[in-house]
Amino acid sequence: MDTIIKAENLCFEYKNEESGEVTKVLKNVSAEVKRGEFLAILGHNGSGKSTLAKHINAVLTPNSGKMYVNGLDTSDEGKLFDIRKTAGMVFQNPDNQMVANIVEDDVAFAPENLGVPREEIRRRVDSALAAVNMSAFAKHAPHMLSGGQKQRVAIAGVLAMEPEVIILDEPTAMLDPGGRQEIIDTVRHLNRERGITVVLITHYMDEAAQADRIIVMNDGEIAMEGTPSEIFPQVEKLRSLGLDTPQATELAYELNRDGFNINTEVLSVDKCAEEILRLWSVR
Amino acid sequence: MKDITLGQYFPGETVIHRLDPRTKILVMLAYVVITFCIKSFWGYLVLAAFIVTCVAMSKIPPMFVIKGLKTIMIFIVITGLFNLFLTSGEVIWQWGILKITREGVRFAAFMVLRLVFLIVGTSLLTLTTSPIALTDGLERLLGPLAKIGFPAHELAMMMSIALRFIPTLMEETDKIMKAQAARGADFESGSLVHRAKAMIPILVPLFISAFRRADELATAMECRCYGVTSERTSLHRLKMERRDAFAGLSVIVMFVAVILINIYFD
Repeated sequence: MDTIIKAENLCFEYKNEESGEVTKVLKNVSAEVKRGEFLAILGHNGSGKSTLAKHINAVLTPNSGKMYVNGLDTSDEGKLFDIRKTAGMVFQNPDNQMVANIVEDDVAFAPENLGVPREEIRRRVDSALAAVNMSAFAKHAPHMLSGGQKQRVAIAGVLAMEPEVIILDEPTAMLDPGGRQEIIDTVRHLNRERGITVVLITHYMDEAAQADRIIVMNDGEIAMEGTPSEIFPQVEKLRSLGLDTPQATELAYELNRDGFNINTEVLSVDKCAEEILRLWSVR
Repeated sequence: MKDITLGQYFPGETVIHRLDPRTKILVMLAYVVITFCIKSFWGYLVLAAFIVTCVAMSKIPPMFVIKGLKTIMIFIVITGLFNLFLTSGEVIWQWGILKITREGVRFAAFMVLRLVFLIVGTSLLTLTTSPIALTDGLERLLGPLAKIGFPAHELAMMMSIALRFIPTLMEETDKIMKAQAARGADFESGSLVHRAKAMIPILVPLFISAFRRADELATAMECRCYGVTSERTSLHRLKMERRDAFAGLSVIVMFVAVILINIYFD
């Protein structure tokens, strides 16, 4: 697998106009994302995870260091739209990223902007809506949909650009548990079935647990990096960074600490139950 | 508040509904011009025949169309009265300083008819065309003007975003009002000035939120490559059909009829 996103010593800071105080949001961040990977970026509020995501499709550009998407330098303004076409971004609030009054018109917005021919727009819109399982709502008005449905339409709107990477900046933060599950299922489907590289920014541990790899941000730096089963058993370290672990992992961790010989690399409730049963049968 | 109907669109699948929005806008413009050209009462008969046929074909309940007149009734009455009493000419009735002339009666009736026909005709356009179709049609019609720097596309985009955000902002207003009411705000009692002042705690957060939304929407639009090319394409095809030619033809016939009536019946 080759690298599709590459950050080299990324630094980003902004200056408070009134006090003149400089806040360093990203401090020398270097990271890579492989083609076809599902990466989750974790971190509490103000850790710089959103800022890092916004660098990937050149909404923000670094003060120093480089960000490459598909080999294109995001600081190169001439490549701006090539980068945005390659890496699509889904934001937190689905209401604030919809342009049109009808679902299919909204999905068509990006290909219309790119000057794609009409028949091709039709094909892309239908395919994008099918991919997020919203074909039945093509003619609906966005404000009549639920939060999860709206966010799926927003994902379809990005898919219609046929991007290689989708960046989701806390896409479930404003949704109810049902809506959250819809989005995570959709994202996993796109990653597995369509081979789209996914970068998911989140502060929900159970969402990050579904990823191939996790980067944990803290105070503008990468604090931890690894697969979910490498990251989550480090309960103490995660706690010191102000993060939780998935409940199943935490239970295994606590049992282990109390002297039970249980594997702490469990991420799901099912896996945890299996481990406890195994422990039981050994006794 | 969620299912607010925009404008006064009356959904349907009739021939009138399915006409190309460009045709409807142009027919409506021609209709307005014709209304102003009419010099004889016979002309209004032609116009009435046209409008009655259109309403019948659109299957919109006539009461629905007439209801549109109610809002400007006062305006029509005042126009009628002014023309009735203030036109000079052959006096046919007098009481104190109030006098009615023969010309006044004729002129007043003319003005009232003109207003009624204008309102009914234009409201037929908005009744049978969805706001989106109207925006689309307007953009295409104004498109050629873009060559001389007229922001046709931008105008249409602004209109459609405004339409898109009306329900969102209505919902938000509702939420803010409830939040303020929960903290003891009173919007219903007191003098007019008092009630107007009570609106400030609603409008300020609403405006702030609208600006924040606008900012996020702009970023999201840029992320979806808005502005990458001036050669935007469109999902929808606006295509003139036989019925559009028919509509155009009927307007021309109406125009000729009105001109002939003006010449022979004046």
